[in-house]
Amino acid sequence: MSSTPTTPPTMAQDASPAIRLSQARPGDAGWIVEVRQQSGRDRSLPPEELERRLLEFGFVEGATVELLHEGPVGGDPIAVRLDDMRVALRRDDAHEVWIRLAAEAK
Amino acid sequence: MSALSARIALVGNPNSGKTALFNALTGARQKVANYAGVTVERKEGTVKTPAGRTLSVLDLPGTYSLRARSPDEAVTRDAVLGRLAGETPPDALVAVADATNLRLVLRLILELKAVGRPMVLALNMYDIAQRQGLRIDLDGLRRELGCPIVTTVATRKRGIDALTAEVDALLDKGALAGPNQWREPTAAEIRDAHREAQRILRTYVRPPERPDTLTGRIDSVLLHPVAGLAILLALLFLIFQAVFAWAAPLQDLIDLGFQGLAGLVGQVLPDGLLRSFITDGLIAGVGGVLVFLPQILVLFLFIILLEDSGYMARAAFLMDRIMGGAGLHGRAFIPLLSSFACAIPGIMAARVIDTRRDRMTTILVAPLMTCSARIPVYTLIISAFIPSERVWGGLSLQGLVMFGLYAAGILSALLVAFVIRRVFWRGAVEPFLMELPTYKLPAFSSVARGLLQRAEIFIGRAGRIILPLMVLVWFLSSFPAAPPGAESPIDYTFAGRLGHFLQPLLAPIGFNWQMTVALIPGFAAREVAVAALGTVYAVGDAEANIGALATQLHHHWSLATGLSFLAWYVFAPQCLSTLAVVRRETNSWVWPAVMVAYQGGLAYLAAFIVYRTAVAFGAG
Ligand SMILES: Nc1nc2c(ncn2[C@@H]2O[C@H](COP(=O)(O)OP(=O)(O)OP(=O)(O)O)[C@@H](O)[C@H]2O)c(=O)[nH]1
Ligand SMILES: [Mg+2]
Repeated sequence: MSSTPTTPPTMAQDASPAIRLSQARPGDAGWIVEVRQQSGRDRSLPPEELERRLLEFGFVEGATVELLHEGPVGGDPIAVRLDDMRVALRRDDAHEVWIRLAAEAK
Repeated sequence: MSALSARIALVGNPNSGKTALFNALTGARQKVANYAGVTVERKEGTVKTPAGRTLSVLDLPGTYSLRARSPDEAVTRDAVLGRLAGETPPDALVAVADATNLRLVLRLILELKAVGRPMVLALNMYDIAQRQGLRIDLDGLRRELGCPIVTTVATRKRGIDALTAEVDALLDKGALAGPNQWREPTAAEIRDAHREAQRILRTYVRPPERPDTLTGRIDSVLLHPVAGLAILLALLFLIFQAVFAWAAPLQDLIDLGFQGLAGLVGQVLPDGLLRSFITDGLIAGVGGVLVFLPQILVLFLFIILLEDSGYMARAAFLMDRIMGGAGLHGRAFIPLLSSFACAIPGIMAARVIDTRRDRMTTILVAPLMTCSARIPVYTLIISAFIPSERVWGGLSLQGLVMFGLYAAGILSALLVAFVIRRVFWRGAVEPFLMELPTYKLPAFSSVARGLLQRAEIFIGRAGRIILPLMVLVWFLSSFPAAPPGAESPIDYTFAGRLGHFLQPLLAPIGFNWQMTVALIPGFAAREVAVAALGTVYAVGDAEANIGALATQLHHHWSLATGLSFLAWYVFAPQCLSTLAVVRRETNSWVWPAVMVAYQGGLAYLAAFIVYRTAVAFGAG
């Protein structure tokens, strides 16, 4: 499937503040504004590795996301719609993905 | 033009239908299922093209990038780049894409183009794309990517000839491999490639007119935090009840057939060695295992339905936190679930796990999951000792015990993983990303084919492994013959002596000498122990009526002994092929040794506790 055209982050810059995908609740929808692996977290991965994995999986700036479901224990992991795919990931990894919520989802 | 040959490789994202296409091309029967990470090793087959070429086709594990991270993805990278010793890169690549999910594969294709091999793009699952009203400008895409495109429906063998014809055309044209310019992309380069893929997608692909909404609706039930978990548990419960309840009538039928056969042999043949060989060795031994075919098939029916529908990834989602709590990697779920069929594919499936320690932990606990070879052992002992009653409004008590044994396996796997990860190997948590595939209705034909294949494997094992071993067991328990008039002739035979010699080792856990003997060939495969018990008791009771083995066990063993045997089988490392695979996958004898030690220790301990407890309650 494909391209539901995404609003570029710049156009709605002041619509709402960016939040981490790990803080999103079910029903939250918007688009990715930044994917950046923060240094200094307890990871055995080389720098940039998680960032590249997320990117290869489609977590890339401009992609639309919507949080669909939460896991039964502690709301972790989360299932998100990422453009036209459905992807499950742990909140810990979603921490590196910043999203801006679309206005109507609020 | 006739004696030409060439090599092609199928590359693409996980779950895009590469293996389905491989099977359609080569007539192979490799495993196809609706979740990512089914194929973990390379498989080769051949197909004749319209121009008469012999194409050797390579099926590879799916990947999102050539920048391999886990052992299975490394296989794909090495095959595509021709990095394996003594191997050249394939003459052409076939990029296999799920036509309904092109974004990620387009980026992979851009990466593949840098490798410089001639390439054909197969837009697979085109049936679904059409059903959704997805419009793809094939000509435009062809020009843009600079490679031929064919549309395929691998599961219905559509577009196969067109695909091989395109490969022919490409090779006839003398399309030569360019220089390999591939290197690991940086994050910035991946972003650029995404932008490029996005542009291509926007230009040539129209969003579907009738997008799939079914998956979302099903997920809102199956992934519901409460209902979803309840459904998962109910499903597991149903499976183990069904393994017992549904299969029983069929099993009785087969059992009756074998008993009739034995009776017939008894009438036709005079009492003597030949008759004993056929009735005690073959029918009581090999037949004693074959009667469990219905149970195996019921279990696999469920497994195949779960795998083909797309539910597996959902189950992994629901269980992730619990698995994570035990220190298991998120991707360990599917290897462990596969181990319900057999630990061997389960251990191999652990190749999808990237870090070594996570992978080793998964491999070490996989054999604790109840594999299908334990079904004959469990079923036999349960039907001998657990009354066939209904409790709690209609649940079969025997089915409940079966469920309990499965649960014991799962819990002990979690516990052992917890100990390994919290005591021996403490480490950081690895990232876990998993695609949730769209649901598909399993095709009747593929389910039937899958079941047939399992039946063949089960019967094949009976012929290849159990039959020769039973000939041996029969021989050992018939010779040397006892002096005439001996009270218990079998005590004089090799098996009898060996059993009596070793039995003191296992006496503390309540095993008698027949069980001790049966455990030895039982190392070849778990269900062999059932066959060996069948033979040893049949030879020993030459005079007694040939009843079902369960009846005999009920007569010869105490309840405590039966329960202790069950506990033993939850843990015992009774499978040489598993150990051989662990050795191959870990490239060392250390891990099989660790496995034997810890599983053997647990088995003895568990059987000891169960036996002593049961005896204390008066079941000795
Ligand atoms: N409707 C439809 N389903 C297909 C088609 N091709 C494959 N499938 C289904 O798609 C799922 C994945 O197929 P596989 O062949 O296992 O995919 P794979 O690319 O080998 O997957 P990995 O080995 O995990 O990388 C299975 O459920 C197939 O039945 C197709 O052309 N049409
Ligand atoms: Mg495959």
